[in-house]
Amino acid sequence: MKQIFVKPEKCMGCRSCEIGCAVQHSKDKNLFSAVMQSPPPMKRLFLEATEEIMMPVLCRHCEDAPCLNACISGCLYRDENGLVRRRKERCIGCWTCVMVCPFGVITRDGEKHIAVKCDGCHKLDMPACVSSCPTGALVLVDIDEFQQEKRHRLVLTGTEREE
Amino acid sequence: MERSIDKATLSALESAEKAGVSTVWDRYAAQSPQCGFGETGLCCRHCLQGPCRISPFEDGPRTGVCGANADIMVSRGLSRAIAAGAASHGGHAKHMAHTLLKAAKGEAPDYPIRDENKLKAVAARIGVSVDGREINEIAADVAMKALEDFSEKETPLTWAATTVTKGRVDTFLKLGVVPTGIDSSIAESMHRTTYGVDSDPVNIILGAVKCALADYAACHIATDIADILFGTPSPVATRANLGVLNKNAVNIALHGHNPLLSDILVQVAGEKALNDSAKAAGASDGINVVGVCCTGNEIMMRHKIPLATSSVSQEAVILTGALDAMVVDYQCIMPSLAGIAECFHTKLITTMPIAKIPKAEHIEFHEPEAKECARKIIEAAIGAFGKRDPGRINIPDISSTAFAGFSVEAILSALSLLDSEDPLKPLIDNIVSGNIYGVCLFAGCNTVKVTQDANYLAMIRELARNNVLILATGCASGAFARHGFMTPEATEKYAGPGLKAVLTAIGQAAGLGGSLPLVLHMGSCVDNSRAADLAVAIADKLGVDLDKLPVVASAPEAVTEKAVAIGTWAVAAGLPTHLGVVPPVLGSKLVTEVLTSTAKDLFGGYFIVETDPLKAAETLISVIGERRKGLGLSV
Repeated sequence: MKQIFVKPEKCMGCRSCEIGCAVQHSKDKNLFSAVMQSPPPMKRLFLEATEEIMMPVLCRHCEDAPCLNACISGCLYRDENGLVRRRKERCIGCWTCVMVCPFGVITRDGEKHIAVKCDGCHKLDMPACVSSCPTGALVLVDIDEFQQEKRHRLVLTGTEREE
Repeated sequence: MERSIDKATLSALESAEKAGVSTVWDRYAAQSPQCGFGETGLCCRHCLQGPCRISPFEDGPRTGVCGANADIMVSRGLSRAIAAGAASHGGHAKHMAHTLLKAAKGEAPDYPIRDENKLKAVAARIGVSVDGREINEIAADVAMKALEDFSEKETPLTWAATTVTKGRVDTFLKLGVVPTGIDSSIAESMHRTTYGVDSDPVNIILGAVKCALADYAACHIATDIADILFGTPSPVATRANLGVLNKNAVNIALHGHNPLLSDILVQVAGEKALNDSAKAAGASDGINVVGVCCTGNEIMMRHKIPLATSSVSQEAVILTGALDAMVVDYQCIMPSLAGIAECFHTKLITTMPIAKIPKAEHIEFHEPEAKECARKIIEAAIGAFGKRDPGRINIPDISSTAFAGFSVEAILSALSLLDSEDPLKPLIDNIVSGNIYGVCLFAGCNTVKVTQDANYLAMIRELARNNVLILATGCASGAFARHGFMTPEATEKYAGPGLKAVLTAIGQAAGLGGSLPLVLHMGSCVDNSRAADLAVAIADKLGVDLDKLPVVASAPEAVTEKAVAIGTWAVAAGLPTHLGVVPPVLGSKLVTEVLTSTAKDLFGGYFIVETDPLKAAETLISVIGERRKGLGLSV
């Protein structure tokens, strides 16, 4: 299964992923009309930074997803590709999902009073955040491949260690 | 998206693929998607506490570190773009003025005054006395007046104040946007947009308008002096597109902007000794000079030099494998040329101290010994001819006839054949009757963001069908020239009945044996000043100001900061001005509103941003209709 992974060492903190995400979730999916849209479109991932590291934080579409388990209205569901998505009309705005998400990546649409989260850009071959990242800090790869690459690099450089 | 609709460009791009050479289109693909903050104008690098950026989606911080909000960031960015545009045209114009002064003092013998009438006309306009004076004295005074326009004066710029309508002068005075120096306006823009100076977005934009008017003056100086030194253009027939390269000649492309280099090179390229030397090197047809970009326009109008291609496809000329030298001065010259030239035998020759490219050969051009420098450059090109790889030559057999060189003087002289007493009258009568519904000036560049030429051709078909008279400059004219729109045949094919009748009547009176071309080629991008002169003449004749005329402008494929400056002075001049690419301003609703709407209340002109060419043409036609209604003319 493919997942969006972050390589923090490549992140420059430019927030292009946030823009790409918001545009993809706008009406016309075009930057210039998205900027004009009112209310403005909402991003689903968030750049966070400390002094040492910066990276976008985004929905992991957890296999045992706390949000999905906690959703009392049947809004959240897992689609055929494994993505945790919403049936928007069922959201009652109880914010239980917001409370239980360990990553803090479910937010509130103040206009529609419903929860907003990453849908993995299920209509696209490549999620908008990944394709708008100029440095390759966001990648869409098979989980096994990602691990393999990490192991390979570990052996190659001998410098990269998991804490 | 298709890269181009020009078959010659596409053929050259195939050669690029075969050779594994990347072009501007590949680099654009590699850069995409581009940064959304940059695209909306919401980043600022004006101080060392930055860079700062503001999300266009109202999330995250609403100000930069200093407190500048989106409106301030966007207006400052726009202002700096206009200042850079004005600096470019200013540099070009100052270069010309210095050379005119040297010529007048006898220090640049290769630059005689070729058009004394133009010199006297300019002198009279700017208040330099003419009667009983030597030509060189007049020329020196005109040059000094031009140079004075660069520093900060107590009075308005001569080249702005003496070339616009009284109504415009009043409007500019009222709004406090009268420039008193070209370089000082640029410096002022840089000052007011630096850390902690002007934080009122509307005030910043008005400052930018002042700078844009300085740009206008610079363009006008450049045009005037080019005419004085090299002759005022009159219509010539030539050809345009890559097919103008000649396999059996030493092909030299002149690329850039200033005729100070290109005109001299063309003069020298005709010399027998150099052509003999080319033949001796194996080029049976001698030397073949072609133009690229705006300097291509300059030598096209004055010397019938064919145009190889326009700015975005400049690399294509080298990709033919038959270009022996590309000689450049400044502006719009992609640094990528050096790498591409290296893949072929082509010699890239830089000539200006301010515009060098690593790996190019630098042969510095000095006006006092201009022809000698030009000969050296041509000899270098001849030297490269023998290194061609015949297996890699692919000159697309594509070129179109193009009639070029419609200066205002040339247009008036054609019109005077219909009415020698009052040459403008036939033009105005036809505008009044609706045979000419309105006038559209196409200006600007080609961009990788639009399929090359697609916007131009889609718009012109629509406008011409609706009897809109088309003027073109810069690479806009290049697009029309390469596609055969600067011909009487295009008039026959695309002009509406009223426009066709007018163009035919003038063409026949002028003894062309047919109609005028559908597009009147007015020159390079500085020659937008010619279009302004024509509009001013029409306005003065009608006794109305520019903001009432059924005249519009369009830059459907714009690229450069110079285009932003020109677009801004067109708006200040009162023209509704279309942009076919979105400028980096949408991050500020206020600035967007000022440019597209408030400007109309202030100047009469305003920006129309529309990326769909058909919708853009429709809008321009309806805008022309509104203006006609305002004048009480038929709609």
